Amino acid sequence: MDTFVMQLFNGLSLSSILLLVGLGLSITFGIMGIINFAHGEFMMFGAYSVYLVQNLTYGLWGDFFFIFAIPASFFIAAGLGFLLERSIIRHLYNRPYESILVTWGLSLIFQQASRNIFGASNVDVRSPDWLKGGISISDTIQFPYNRIFIILIAIIAIAVMYFYIYKTTNGLKMRAVMQNRAMGASMGIQTRKVDSLTFAIGCGLAGLAGCVVSLLGSIGPSTGQNYIVDAFMVVVMGGVGSLAGTIAGALMMGIISPLLEFFTTSSMGKVLVFIVVILFLQLKPKGFVTFKSRALD
Amino acid sequence: MLSMCILAEMEVNMSLLQVNSIVSGYGTTQVLHQVSLKADKGQVVALMGRNGVGKTTLLKTLMGLIKVESGSIEYDGANITQWPTEKRAHGGIAYVPQGREIFPHLTVYENLILGLAARSIKNQEIPDDIFIMFPELKKLYKRKGGDLSGGQQQQLAIARMLILDPKLILFDEPTEGIQPSIVQSIEYAIRAIKEQQKITIILVEQYMEMAFRLGDFCYVMDHGEIVMHDNMGNLEGIEVQKYISI
Repeated sequence: MDTFVMQLFNGLSLSSILLLVGLGLSITFGIMGIINFAHGEFMMFGAYSVYLVQNLTYGLWGDFFFIFAIPASFFIAAGLGFLLERSIIRHLYNRPYESILVTWGLSLIFQQASRNIFGASNVDVRSPDWLKGGISISDTIQFPYNRIFIILIAIIAIAVMYFYIYKTTNGLKMRAVMQNRAMGASMGIQTRKVDSLTFAIGCGLAGLAGCVVSLLGSIGPSTGQNYIVDAFMVVVMGGVGSLAGTIAGALMMGIISPLLEFFTTSSMGKVLVFIVVILFLQLKPKGFVTFKSRALD
Repeated sequence: MLSMCILAEMEVNMSLLQVNSIVSGYGTTQVLHQVSLKADKGQVVALMGRNGVGKTTLLKTLMGLIKVESGSIEYDGANITQWPTEKRAHGGIAYVPQGREIFPHLTVYENLILGLAARSIKNQEIPDDIFIMFPELKKLYKRKGGDLSGGQQQQLAIARMLILDPKLILFDEPTEGIQPSIVQSIEYAIRAIKEQQKITIILVEQYMEMAFRLGDFCYVMDHGEIVMHDNMGNLEGIEVQKYISI
């Protein structure tokens, strides 16, 4: 029973990470028709950003470097994403097949680049002392602070994203372009700018995910690879371009897959997860949240 | 003195929109073959013809949604042939597409405010005269665009474009598939725009009586070409009918 509760809690923190990664994937696919296989590498950029900030500032600030590392990981990943969109991704709009090949190639290049820069072996980020330990629920159950922290970061990120998408002018433009690009341009929206900004934000969220996984273990060139497949499943299950759907998909993936692994074996669990996803898509081919409306053909 | 006169005359002759033998289409399929037309300030230019002769393609080309292969578009004293769509929108060209193309998941309010948001206008308020023209819209403020009826969507499509204070409006079949009572209110709205004498309208319309009532000048298209053009008063309904009836 105790292990079960712990699994559930760990699943929740995994969901939080998948949510951050999946959200970026979902909005870039929703708005630009890009299937971005290099998205996991932005997670890796975020993780290495934390490592860099640690090396540069640990002597100065001690454990508080991590407070600074959170925005750094977001903005470094977002900045790199912005440059990538401007230089390469924009030529791939609405060409999903080419976008798969190109972004997969980019993913390999980014992984190799990080091996060349940081070395092939994984590196460690020092968890701040104030994230060590945890809240004891009973004698045998303890919720670690670092996982609670991850869940909190995800909740804050989602709240900010919700505000951005639904309450700001930029978010309004983004939703309009997602729904009808040609009409958005006809209303005077600078669709190119919306694209770059959206892509950058998606990459920034992945960077944030990279930042928080550095609390759970060592990070390396393949950090993104460990999460990208699950993140894609989150998007597929949740429905593309929907905030609520991505949250639902992330909760499903994050909680169900550790549970299935708990009740069976690690590899059997993975197989069962795929079976669940396949069955689910038979019932709801467009994911959890689908839009219905008179205006859509 | 003489040069002043010439200048003044040029001013009078200058049209807001001048299209010079444009060729355009989709991919390798050429739809428009050397189409030329012009529209003066405050004029309602009706564009008629059967389905599939290139009327919508022409409007989309004017809006910049389809690339021009050859020829040129002059608008308000500038050559806009290569301008992207949003730049044309900022320059005062507004588009009311066939099928309305309301943003289905944005509320009526968001649909209306979007154009102002895209122009970074600080004080974003929807002018009241829009609701004098379409009183129904105010009651629908919080509804999603996609949940409105066809007629309501058409009113919204006209309203969201009028808010932008356009100089040139491209109307694509504003009465298609809409109940008669609303057709009347749409005709009334177009007439009200026309009477201000400030906005030029290019009106694609299959409903011939309405096109005849509203239009000042008429172009008739067939197979991607202009086959007839004249002042509305000089045109015989029967001749035009030849190109419209199936």
